Amino acid sequence: MADLAIDPRTELNPPLVKGAEGYGDVTDQISVITEQKPPKQWYMAMGVALPLLGLLGICLTYLVSTGIGVWGNNNPVGWGWDITNFVWWIGIGHAGTLISAILFLFRQRWRTSINRAAEAMTLFAVACAAIYPLFHTGRPWRAAYWLFPIPNEYLHIWQNFRSPLMWDVFAVSTYGTVSALFWFVGLIPDLATLRDRAKSPVRRYIFGILSLGWRGSASQWRHYELAYLILAGISTPLVLSVHSIVSFDFATSVLPGWHTTIFPPYFVAGAVFSGFAMVLTLLVLVRWVYSLQNLITIKHLENMCKVMLATGTIVGFAYGTEFFIAWYSANQYERFTFMNRAFGPYAWAYWTMLLCNVVSPQFFWFKKIRTSIPAMFVLSIFINIGMWFERFVIIATSLHRDFLPASWGYFRPTWVDIGTFVGTIGLFLTLFLLFIRFLPAIAVSEVKGVLHHQISTEKGGH
Amino acid sequence: MNDLIQINPSSLTGKKYWRSLDHLADTPQFREWVEREFQDGASEMLGGSRRTLLKLMAAGFGLAGMTACRRPVEHILPYSKGVEGLVLGKPVNYATVAGNGAVATGLIVECNDGRPTKVEGNPRHPASLGATNAFLQASVLDVYDPDRARHVSHDGARSSWSEFAAWWKDESARLGDGAGLRILSGRYSSPSLAALKADIAKKYPKAVWVEYDSISFDQPVLGAQIAFGQPLEAGYQYDKANVVLSLDSDFLGLDSQTVLPTKQFSSRRRVKDGHEEMNRLYVAEPNFTITGGMADHRLRLRASDVGAFALALARELNVSGAELKVLGSDSAKDKKFLAAVAKDLTANKGKSIVVAGPRQPAEVHALVALINQALGNNGQTVTYAKPVAGASDSVAALKQLGADVNSGAVKTLFVLGGNPVYSAPADLDLATAMKRVPATVALTADENETWAAAAWRLPEAHAFESWGDARTADGTASIQQPLIQPLYGGRSVLELAAMISGAASAKGYDTVKSFWSAQWGADADKKWQASLFEGSIDGTKTAPVDAKCDPAKVLAAVQAAMKPAAAGLEVAFYPSSSTYDGRFANNAWLQEAPDPMTKLVWDNAALLSPSTAKQLGVANGDMLSLSANGKEISAPAMILPGHADDSISLALGYGRAACGRVGRGIGHRVEGLRTTAGYCFTAAQARKSAATYELVTTQEHHTLVEPITGQKRNDIVEESNIGEYRKELGHSAEHHAAEGHSLTDLFPAYDYTKGLQWGMSIDLNACTGCNACLVACVAENNIPVVGKDQVKRGREMHWIRMDRYFTGAEDDPQAVIQPMACQQCEKAPCESVCPVAATAHSPEGINEMAYNRCVGTRYCLNNCPYKVRRFNFLNWNKDVPETKKMVFNPDVTVRMRGVMEKCNYCIQRIEEKRTLAKMENRRAIKDGEILTACQQVCPADAIVFGNINDPESRVAKLKKQPRDYTVIEEVNAKPRTTYLARLRNPNPELA
Repeated sequence: MADLAIDPRTELNPPLVKGAEGYGDVTDQISVITEQKPPKQWYMAMGVALPLLGLLGICLTYLVSTGIGVWGNNNPVGWGWDITNFVWWIGIGHAGTLISAILFLFRQRWRTSINRAAEAMTLFAVACAAIYPLFHTGRPWRAAYWLFPIPNEYLHIWQNFRSPLMWDVFAVSTYGTVSALFWFVGLIPDLATLRDRAKSPVRRYIFGILSLGWRGSASQWRHYELAYLILAGISTPLVLSVHSIVSFDFATSVLPGWHTTIFPPYFVAGAVFSGFAMVLTLLVLVRWVYSLQNLITIKHLENMCKVMLATGTIVGFAYGTEFFIAWYSANQYERFTFMNRAFGPYAWAYWTMLLCNVVSPQFFWFKKIRTSIPAMFVLSIFINIGMWFERFVIIATSLHRDFLPASWGYFRPTWVDIGTFVGTIGLFLTLFLLFIRFLPAIAVSEVKGVLHHQISTEKGGH
Repeated sequence: MNDLIQINPSSLTGKKYWRSLDHLADTPQFREWVEREFQDGASEMLGGSRRTLLKLMAAGFGLAGMTACRRPVEHILPYSKGVEGLVLGKPVNYATVAGNGAVATGLIVECNDGRPTKVEGNPRHPASLGATNAFLQASVLDVYDPDRARHVSHDGARSSWSEFAAWWKDESARLGDGAGLRILSGRYSSPSLAALKADIAKKYPKAVWVEYDSISFDQPVLGAQIAFGQPLEAGYQYDKANVVLSLDSDFLGLDSQTVLPTKQFSSRRRVKDGHEEMNRLYVAEPNFTITGGMADHRLRLRASDVGAFALALARELNVSGAELKVLGSDSAKDKKFLAAVAKDLTANKGKSIVVAGPRQPAEVHALVALINQALGNNGQTVTYAKPVAGASDSVAALKQLGADVNSGAVKTLFVLGGNPVYSAPADLDLATAMKRVPATVALTADENETWAAAAWRLPEAHAFESWGDARTADGTASIQQPLIQPLYGGRSVLELAAMISGAASAKGYDTVKSFWSAQWGADADKKWQASLFEGSIDGTKTAPVDAKCDPAKVLAAVQAAMKPAAAGLEVAFYPSSSTYDGRFANNAWLQEAPDPMTKLVWDNAALLSPSTAKQLGVANGDMLSLSANGKEISAPAMILPGHADDSISLALGYGRAACGRVGRGIGHRVEGLRTTAGYCFTAAQARKSAATYELVTTQEHHTLVEPITGQKRNDIVEESNIGEYRKELGHSAEHHAAEGHSLTDLFPAYDYTKGLQWGMSIDLNACTGCNACLVACVAENNIPVVGKDQVKRGREMHWIRMDRYFTGAEDDPQAVIQPMACQQCEKAPCESVCPVAATAHSPEGINEMAYNRCVGTRYCLNNCPYKVRRFNFLNWNKDVPETKKMVFNPDVTVRMRGVMEKCNYCIQRIEEKRTLAKMENRRAIKDGEILTACQQVCPADAIVFGNINDPESRVAKLKKQPRDYTVIEEVNAKPRTTYLARLRNPNPELA
């Protein structure tokens, strides 16, 4: 790795991982999780996740067979929970890319303990998000391929490249692809480790294929690090572009409350904010279940809290700016939209959002809270909720009362709306649980690079 | 087959037909042949081994699959004789006549492959002039209603018309002079029916024919009786009046045939350069009707106070010089209104109209006749003529019928059409009364309450299924021409009357033709053809009667009859804008058409004013117990801004117990509160009950003033008054231009200066909000009905909606109605956001939808500033009954679920005329040649469509008017539909 060239001992930073581990201990500690039977908490979590996944299947089947009418979407509110959930999931995915790519390029080496899980989370969040653009359409059996520029017999029928939804298709699919590649490339040395440790031939065979013939030779490492650096470089603009493009869905429209130039940076900040909140929520649990306190130290968690504090404050600032600009624009519709957000029928959602997104991260100014695991866990949950509400507020409150008062309405979710959302959480949890069960949840080879002391006897792989 | 053959030939009467000699001889061999399932050795298994059996079974299975390969049997029925002028796939139009009351409107009905699909007004008919009302638009759906009465039945058992005829033959013989015969029907203007009635009266001199309509127009005629000593019907020329005062008369809506009064009235609201005289409308009414919405000044008045108001007006105008008594106490505001109105009317002598609603008692109508006479309006703006339908006190006649039944005098009762058991005054209890009559016959359109109460139940043919004739308000008669064979073997009232009269032929065609042939004499055939073609019969207009009255005498009679109204709460009964009197309860198009003012769908409600609601402590949806004259009903309360205080308006025609699937149990039956004593309005008590009920509207009571901020939105409805408008026109044109917004485009504009460029202009000053365009659009564009629950969820599908805005104080607001359909923006925000380019612009400026391409992201809906796009959230066309499929317009796709739809300026009509122009080898499509469905039906001519590139076109000229404006112009979507600002003509004294 590029940053491995720097001798960790020369740094003034406190140790990033604790305990007196040698390389072999790190390998053992992480690999063993995938080799042993999972703890009972894992089964309990699966017991929650799988029924929810089933619910997702039921809801989507009902949706496709009956129509969008099973949701609460209606005439002024053409998008409801569907796009809210889409943006929420995409946002959650952001932390992964940010940690793996941007923090990598900035040599924030504390990332090594959390990047693997965060990247996996990105992939799974993108998978959850991808459900909505497809299934929110009235005819998903057509949308499934009509949104892609596939040559067809009607050569004059082409996609409308002016539509932000088309940009979305490309942005999200690129993002998904690059994230998957990045994640997989990062996994290769660890997969080889698992292959080498494997006792059963089946395991050895599978990991053998997945590790693509990794031997750990110096030339392999050289190519590998270069590839990883390039991928990090490719991923970095994606962190900014994906959510900017998602925000174009709103920003390029004419709807008051959507039609605003602040959206791209505001959405990116919000995405990172929610992404870190989700990573924190998950890692606190993983760390506790698998006793990884030595690898995922309180410093990691504290750093994440700091990122949340920063991005949360940006988001809060953006809320204020929106209001200011609405007033400053002297545009009646714009002004009304924001007054209506705060004091209209959806005021409850707006104030929930404000409380969760603006007030709650401010607690992270206090070191005591930044280093208190229960406190940060609760706050991260608040932020997850708040960021969901942010998208809901943007979408529903802007739509439900726009230009002509005669067309105004109100959106109420149905059980299918709720079921689909909870179902995607089930999908996410299932994928995440399978990931920690079968793949190294912490990047073994990278963590070794930040061990504070060199061990002369190297055992058990890399 | 066996059944047929097994009939013993000897038992058959008449000629014997035999198949073989054996058959004739009825030999045992033949009997065996008949009884055997199969012919000798034909397919019976002979012994056979297990192997053979299996082989045959295998083959059987295999061949069973082959049935799928069989082509379905289709019977092609060619026209054995070519129909003259018929081109398959091309619709044929027929002139006919129909109406939702005694009087009728001339129609042109479009027939596609023999099925009527679309109703239009007959431009050559004096009562239509090309337009229709919402009911007539929807009437075509009733033809295909699968819940119509379909069979003849007797005492619950299936029967037939021939059995009925046989029964009637016996029964009529027993009737003798007809002392026991009663016929109860609605009121009809049909001359042929009148002739048959005379025949019946001749044959059964003691029989009584009672005419009764739930929504009655008796009182104006009875009022004329008081005033002029003869029953006369007033006709109003609203186009000649500068000042109109309506006393509880919804003459632009449900208290008339809508079309002609609206045409005449709106012709005086079409202000171009401000120099035209615009008429002024005063309305004093309890309910907030669409006529009230058009008013320049409106006085909220209880129905029971209207008489006192009329009397006070007569006093103010000094109609007789005699001292007039004072009824009720007028408030200062009423007095001011009254004085101003009186002054205005006096200033416009001979050019004003005072009109009272049909709910008002005869005395008020007599008083109004007197006022019009005093104002010199008679013969100018008001003309009198003999009523085209009968004229009598129908409630009294119905009461007498009830008494006759109870005394046992009635032996045979025919109910021809209508649904009197449902709609008759509650104290008469017609359902029980009918059970006392030994023989009851009901001819009903659907399986309604009257149908259920009768012994003989006969299906009634729809107006589009039968021959007949009818007259319009001015007396012009038209032939009612059928467009389709009766779908369910029904017969018309006319045909049943012919049967009762014992006419030689009971066929409607024969009755009508022979009647008119007798009128015409020599060239009857030619005139018959001409009448069918024209849709009206020449020279049938009734001559106006020069009526004069003696004011002193009339006033004496009126004052004797009028009593001061009781203080406190009253209830008043109104026709429903959706079901009329309940006859359209099973019509889903109308049920889903929102009430113009309340925007209520699939329901009626007890409408009351905000302050009365406060007094009663009720909110929208709280159930009210209403009692009057010993009867009690309950109905949900609904607050209607602008409603008169201490008055509750109830729409008739809901809560039908025996009805088809659409209307059964929809709304609340208020007829139970209606008694002979309080037939139109009556003092009542109301109390809040604990229950609540969900009322669904398509629009909340939002005004143009934003909640929270209190800011008014000014660029949605532009409204001004004629004085200000004239003043503004005084400013120079440059000034006007300078006022315009500085809107910039980021991208170069598409060149729309060439060729045909479609545009539309909607005149808010003419539009009354009568819903005719909304229903016409449903009929033309196969727009699905979604039902109350889905409307509640905001999923109604109307391509054109009637946005209603109140302005002013909550208690006493004014209303503006704005028809809102796709604005066909040149820079359509919906188009740029569609990822699959399913909605795109045509070079002629229409924002088109490719349903096949739409995947349903709904992004276009979100980005539409006008929110006029409609999404198929579910499959609305699932389970459409076979018969209802026949009403679909074959030129318009039926949309599947998951796709977006919206108005496209009736593109099918544009293409039809384009084809026509090409076939006629002309390049240009004439201005006015293409009429969109909403435009064609509009009685106010408020909607004009055409080529805006042609400076001579009507639409281009309208768009050049200073009144032209764009809704929410600042979005800069450049809509092709623009509006003409609403103007009011307030009386400076009341301002």
